[in-house]
Amino acid sequence: MLRFVLRRLLQMCVVVLVLSMLLFAWLRSLPGGPVSAILGERQTPERRAALEAALGLDEPLPVQYQKFLQRVLQGEFGVSTKVLPGTDALDVFLTRLPATIELAVLALLLAVVIGIPLGYFAARRAGSAVDTTTVIFSLIGVAVPVFFTAFLLKYFFAVEWNLLPVSGRQSTGIDATRVTGLFVLDGILTREWDAAWDALKHLILPALALATIPFAVIFRITRASVLDVLDEDYVRTAEAKGLSTGVIRSRHVLRNAMLPVLTTIGLQAGGLLAGAVLTETVFSYRGVGEALATSFREKDYAVLQVLILAAAVIYVVINLLVDIAYAVIDPRIRTR
Amino acid sequence: MSVKRTVATWTTAVLAAATLASCAESERDGGGEGGGSEDAGTFVFGAAGAPEMFDPFYATDGETFRVTRQMFEGLLGIEPGSAEVVPELATEWEPNEDGTEWTFTLRDDVTFHDGEPFNAEAVCYNFERMFDQNEAGQTAGEYWGYVMGAFANDAENSLYQGCEATDEFEAVITISGPTSGFPTMLTLESLSMQSPKALEEGDANGIAAEGEGFSFPAYADAPVGTGPFTFGEYDEANGEITLARNDDYWGDTAKVSELVFRVIPDESTRRQELEAGSINGYDLPNPVDWAGLEEDGNSVEVRDPFNILYLGLNPEANPQLKDLKVRQALYHALNREQLVQTQLPEGAAVATQFMPDTVSGYNTELEPYPYDPDEAKRLLQEAGAEGMELTFAYPTEVSRPYMPDPEKIFEALRTDLEAVGVKVDVKTASWNGGYLDNVTAGRYDAYILGWTGDYDSAYNFIGTFFGNLKENDFGTSAYPWGKQLADDLKAADAVVDEDERGAAFEEINGQIMEEYLPGLPISHSPPALVVGPGVEGVVPSPLTAEEFDTVTVGGE
Repeated sequence: MLRFVLRRLLQMCVVVLVLSMLLFAWLRSLPGGPVSAILGERQTPERRAALEAALGLDEPLPVQYQKFLQRVLQGEFGVSTKVLPGTDALDVFLTRLPATIELAVLALLLAVVIGIPLGYFAARRAGSAVDTTTVIFSLIGVAVPVFFTAFLLKYFFAVEWNLLPVSGRQSTGIDATRVTGLFVLDGILTREWDAAWDALKHLILPALALATIPFAVIFRITRASVLDVLDEDYVRTAEAKGLSTGVIRSRHVLRNAMLPVLTTIGLQAGGLLAGAVLTETVFSYRGVGEALATSFREKDYAVLQVLILAAAVIYVVINLLVDIAYAVIDPRIRTR
Repeated sequence: MSVKRTVATWTTAVLAAATLASCAESERDGGGEGGGSEDAGTFVFGAAGAPEMFDPFYATDGETFRVTRQMFEGLLGIEPGSAEVVPELATEWEPNEDGTEWTFTLRDDVTFHDGEPFNAEAVCYNFERMFDQNEAGQTAGEYWGYVMGAFANDAENSLYQGCEATDEFEAVITISGPTSGFPTMLTLESLSMQSPKALEEGDANGIAAEGEGFSFPAYADAPVGTGPFTFGEYDEANGEITLARNDDYWGDTAKVSELVFRVIPDESTRRQELEAGSINGYDLPNPVDWAGLEEDGNSVEVRDPFNILYLGLNPEANPQLKDLKVRQALYHALNREQLVQTQLPEGAAVATQFMPDTVSGYNTELEPYPYDPDEAKRLLQEAGAEGMELTFAYPTEVSRPYMPDPEKIFEALRTDLEAVGVKVDVKTASWNGGYLDNVTAGRYDAYILGWTGDYDSAYNFIGTFFGNLKENDFGTSAYPWGKQLADDLKAADAVVDEDERGAAFEEINGQIMEEYLPGLPISHSPPALVVGPGVEGVVPSPLTAEEFDTVTVGGE
């Protein structure tokens, strides 16, 4: 097990290194750049050259990359030019991360809590009207872009009906104490209940929007997987043995059907970042996704690099955790 | 067994949470009956972007200046609602005969937010601080470089030559030669007065180039000025900047006790937040929304236009453009009246020259080039350029005060050009994704671009466009008159007497439009800002330099 984990971590390092190289070259091959983002209309060739020289952008690409690596080894990831100017890109990421964690956790929680029981329920009544309706509903979840869902939710719940906040993470004037950067948790820890409630209210709409993709996928996989397992011999044997339905469902059906669902959850968690870019932009929610969109628009190289590399690391790590969880659930994988 | 493990896991989790909770204390002021209720004296403004940092000297963008403007003041100020220069921290200023030594008489009742006195020594400390920048500071100190030309290490090329405190409240600033920009440039937010003590303690000049950006010293996060508001805090996680009223302000103290800037990058979200009542105003509402916003009880505050939108032409990219007849033909082909009426907000005007009429040096005798497609065709034929090809470009992913929707403006212009037989090769790039680079590198024959004035100075407009012969977007060095124009502009800029200087610029404006026509001025567009119901006292500034100390926020 340990060797397995170590091997995967090593693989991850290689992936990140190669990716960083490609990313570095790709970003700098794009037209425009931080210099024109900073100078705007005041740009002249002369002023452009001076700023490029000051920022080290006039050196050959391999030299720039080498310097970048050297700085990274010293724990410096480059200074943000636009997202949070003057701040190290890694700190920008860390400042933004709690917001996205909060959002992703709630979204995934919603997707799991609704998706699995619904999937199980639909499978048990396969072919019924309820089943068909839920399947169609989940299809819509996959087909409609998150961006649009987010926009609709915001329009109705926040603008038309004024039930929930339009954007952001916390209302003005709340005066909340920050501990972990997870606003809801902070409110609970410091017993500032109004702050926690306010933060939660800001989370609901973006989380619902973001949850639509993982929900649809989890629902459908659960349904398909439960259907498969219900057909298995061991389920029939268990029924023949006279085990109670409760035991059959929890011990035999659900537990075995959960394996593919778990992988899916893991993959979805990694994929949530892509959805977060859109959701956070619609809700002006200051998370990693919004920072990614801003840094791309403003060509904030340092922040873009860190965010994309971090996303890659998170993706790989989540996959690794899923594989480990797999081994825990299914002992056969452990012994292999 | 698994049950035991589960119990153990949960116990650990609960214990961990309890431990965390015990060290997480609320930092609220005790006794308060729970926050959440809006202070009646708070003005919340929706900002399109986060400020770069809070030291205006190193700042370059409007979002930063909007925040720092509330905390800082310059020697000279701008009359609210106009572009006119008025006294601020200096009450009077007087040049010597040749316009190289300027004596500033200062207010004697001003203290910085940290209690330090404002006096001539503080003024000179500020100027020397701005002048004496390290390599990174010289690049980051954009505006100083722009208006003064150079820093201490290249002193002979600098406009600024020195500052002397001749009395407690009298400072003399020496410059290398007279220019229309001085002392008007002292209204620039970047050249504001900051507390010498705070500058020193916060190592204000300790800026460094690190990787591809600048890392700023501690001072940039804790600025100290003299203005009606003091710095409160910047909540990065929530994207909120809070400023507090300066109760010891030398002038009228601000009406609201707190000023909050909330970063909301998306324009439609800003509008929704205004409708939801969680912000009290925001900048640059889309002109399409103006009427709807007013109907909903908000007030759209339209500023006087202080900008120019032009169609730039580059003879180096397309030699056919070197012929004046071709340029005139293109100008006659444009139906600008219709463009202004259909694509630009109310209050926009057709341009007759490269600057708005609020700038001194504006030539009132110039008439707009008439829309005359037949004349355009005739001129093209005369020049042997019928059916000429033209690469014509516009930027995407951007909206500027002078062009709210570049694509629509472009389409209107393109249709006009094609109507007289010009074959347009459409080019486009995103604003930060190569458009500006392509323009400065001369890769387009024609393009749309514009300028918002920094302060009331003709040179800030036409000098920026044509004053630098070697490097300008119009490629004027390719014309026989390019050098003459650049020299004339510099000469006019150096005239000491204001009236004479204005006359000189007027004459040049006439020449530019009638003899040279290096580009085609299109229009002036009024940018607006919008405030919600109950908000009073916002004075729209043509320079988009609103000060919020006069703002009141009424009840619902």
